[in-house]
Amino acid sequence: MSEKSLPAVSYLKIPDDGDPYLEGHKCGGCGAVFLGERTVCSKCFARDKISTVKLEETGVLYSFSVVYRSFPGIDVPYVSAIVDLDGGGTVKGNLINIEPDPEKINFGMKVKLTYQDALGRKDKEGNSYLSYFFEPA
Amino acid sequence: MSDVYVLGVDMIKFGRFPDRTVPNIGAEAALMALDDAGLTIKDMQAMYCGNLGQANAMVGQRILQEIGQTGIPVVNCANACATGATAFREAWMSIKAGIYDVVLAVGVEQMGKGLLGGAGGGDGIPKEGLLGSGTMPCVFAEAGMEHSKDHGTTFEQFAKISVKNHHHSTMNPKAMYQIETPLDVVMNAEMISYPNTKLMCSVNVDGSAAAVLVSEKKAKELGMGRAVRVKASALASDPYTDRDLVMPDVNACTRLAAEQAYEMAGVGPEDINLVELHDCFATAEMLHYENLGLCKDGEAGKMIDEGHVELGGKVPVNVSGGLLSKGHPLGATGIANIYEVCTHLRGEAGERQVEGAKLGMTHVIGLGTACGIHILEKV
Repeated sequence: MSEKSLPAVSYLKIPDDGDPYLEGHKCGGCGAVFLGERTVCSKCFARDKISTVKLEETGVLYSFSVVYRSFPGIDVPYVSAIVDLDGGGTVKGNLINIEPDPEKINFGMKVKLTYQDALGRKDKEGNSYLSYFFEPA
Repeated sequence: MSDVYVLGVDMIKFGRFPDRTVPNIGAEAALMALDDAGLTIKDMQAMYCGNLGQANAMVGQRILQEIGQTGIPVVNCANACATGATAFREAWMSIKAGIYDVVLAVGVEQMGKGLLGGAGGGDGIPKEGLLGSGTMPCVFAEAGMEHSKDHGTTFEQFAKISVKNHHHSTMNPKAMYQIETPLDVVMNAEMISYPNTKLMCSVNVDGSAAAVLVSEKKAKELGMGRAVRVKASALASDPYTDRDLVMPDVNACTRLAAEQAYEMAGVGPEDINLVELHDCFATAEMLHYENLGLCKDGEAGKMIDEGHVELGGKVPVNVSGGLLSKGHPLGATGIANIYEVCTHLRGEAGERQVEGAKLGMTHVIGLGTACGIHILEKV
């Protein structure tokens, strides 16, 4: 079992000597930003122009839903959010620290990333995980 | 290249058949389509079978083991919710290519109850409810909310789509449900993923549908009778769009396939008399009015408000009851909606008949993403 938390997804980076961040893969040819490793750009097809970038911590809410029914054992309601990060890249995640009421959530609202324990979820070996969430900025 | 015709087509009444096997359910529709064509399994030169749940289990061959092992080539197709349409299209292509004259296409699915989808999985910890939701009601809610953001579409407008499709299903004896659901009932049903309530989600059912496709030469030889012409067949995968990998873009994929289908058919949206489109959720149907060009961008809400998409309206949509009420057995859906449109073009749809229907369109879209569109024409 690892002593420190593991990242919940591959594109969440936890440096030994710094703050966690989300990593994107950006195409130097067309500027498209992807989550997760890749070597070829699926937008402009360039094969040798992808490099890693640190994604920005702020963005705007593009779309969302309030989820009232999920799989057994998952706490509801919660806000599933699609966020366009400033500087490029679209990320999906939970929007927290806001009332899960569609009337009170505004498209285009400014949000920022926050990094917290993954809702207490552990893997088979008992490892803890760190995840990312959005909250109103 | 030869025109291709649907000579026989049918579907079973959708329902829940936990005591039957997938091939057994598929065999029933296959025999019905053969009977409808006035042909037998001995006449078939190839078979294309669509099924998702047992995609690695040779469902097509197992159907033939129930209805006749003639040794013909069988291809099993899986393409998410476009699976049935893909099997039909493969059959169409084989005739278009001049390889065969008589081909059987079957779509079949046996579904469990409950939510489909879910984010993540694999290594580590479950991601559902941690990184948003990957459940289908939520994914399509987010797509619908994008429309709300851009065009002010309301919860009530989305709900009206469900009222319409459930109403249509009361005239379709093959639908899973035939129950009227007034607006207040739809809106007050259990909220699953805003704005989709339970009655705005398609029904998971078991079902099958099948079609016999023939070349022009064969159709003339057998007599055109009730044959329906396949005027266009289009299949698209998801072209790159900025948010596609995080938020599947059902709009771009549908628009691409629709553009190709209209071009192939040499017709426009204004020529289409009825549409069976992929209303896996009420929010999805709203998007496709615009994606299929049935109205201008931003006017989808008006289409439902003003009744243009009801039976008797300008372009009736999902008069079968749609996936919302007829049910959505994934692999069967793409052929079942071809059955529906053919039934209208043949003038055999009874109470729900779209009067004078000459051209109809079918549309399915499976996340991942695959969009299949067919345009069918009365002969």
